[in-house]
Amino acid sequence: MPHFAKLFNFACWLARDTTVAEDLVQETYMKALRGFSSFQQGTNFRAWIYRILRNTFLTSQTGLKTTAAIDAEDETAPELATQATPESILMARVELEAIQQALESLPVHYREVILLCDLEEMSYQEIGQTLSIPIGTVMSRLFRARKAMRSLLSTQAEGARP
Amino acid sequence: MICEQWRDKLDAYVDGAEGDFKGLEEHLRSCPSCSAEVLSRVQLKRATRAAAARYTPSQGFRLRVEKSVRAKRGPVRFILWIPSLTAAIAALLIVMSVVLWERHQVHEIAVAQLLDMHVATIASPNPVDVVSTDRHTVKPWFQGKLPFTFNIPELAGSPYKLLGGKLVYIHDQPAAQLLFELRKHELSVFIAQETKGASSTGESETRENGFSVESWTQDGLRYVIVSDTNAGDVRDLGNLLKAVAKQ
Repeated sequence: MPHFAKLFNFACWLARDTTVAEDLVQETYMKALRGFSSFQQGTNFRAWIYRILRNTFLTSQTGLKTTAAIDAEDETAPELATQATPESILMARVELEAIQQALESLPVHYREVILLCDLEEMSYQEIGQTLSIPIGTVMSRLFRARKAMRSLLSTQAEGARP
Repeated sequence: MICEQWRDKLDAYVDGAEGDFKGLEEHLRSCPSCSAEVLSRVQLKRATRAAAARYTPSQGFRLRVEKSVRAKRGPVRFILWIPSLTAAIAALLIVMSVVLWERHQVHEIAVAQLLDMHVATIASPNPVDVVSTDRHTVKPWFQGKLPFTFNIPELAGSPYKLLGGKLVYIHDQPAAQLLFELRKHELSVFIAQETKGASSTGESETRENGFSVESWTQDGLRYVIVSDTNAGDVRDLGNLLKAVAKQ
């Protein structure tokens, strides 16, 4: 089963519940088998199966509950990044848990774009195919997601200071 | 503080996206602020990758999914195979029909050939090469002429009479033709080695152009009796030959 472990990991991050994630992955493979004829040979299989997983999540009970409305800022010009770069200060001492906490705290549409880019190392085009959004939106969403993450890390660092 | 001009390109550069970054790279070499920003983004990206690889599926779950995938794949594959299977069956039926038809044709040709040989034999002034009613004379005559041997029944006390035999060729293979007589009717017995892909290997009794034809295979030899006498007489001679072949 291709991408099994990674799909499961991604499903866990989406659902934030391993039992729900297992259901999602299982359903994803069933759907992929049923709809394999719709997969066009030569196109991106990974993007295709991740899209199935994501759509399965979005239409699931958990997905419907956790999916916040995607903010309208997506289509607007990116905001200026804050001048502070807390990660440069934090990185040396930040724990993995801090990043995991930050990821968990992100809205799902930010979390998924970061996971697809940083963990799955998908190209912007692949991410666009997976999320069914244009590349420009991928870039702007990624920018906001990272900004939000940096902000969360910064807050954590502030809280951790004596 | 990072330079405004390059701000929008930093993520794409760090993410290894397609694009022209020559200008940015040139800038990074001379701008400590932007270089630091790129470095911190790279570090965050790496840390995120490490932190995000958090969940591992259990072996039990993997097996469960594999099982359900296999179960699902079975009927799906079967359904997908139906057209191919149908085509294969159709092709097989066609091939079998052709083979059977060809075999039938070969059989027809073989029988026709034997009928011709039988007719030619009885029409000939010298129907056999070895003329003898003694089986102990006829059988040895074939020694060295055939790659096989056979038995001739003792006909004393039977209505059949051995007239002799000759060497013939059936499908380019040497064979024995024995000639018997029964109430003025001649019966030819052809004995040849059974060949792979022979037109027929079973036992059969047919009537071809008024001739009775009986054939069977025994101990690797193919026997064919051709005669204008009735099928019962042909069968009786056949039984005598079958009996002696077992000895």
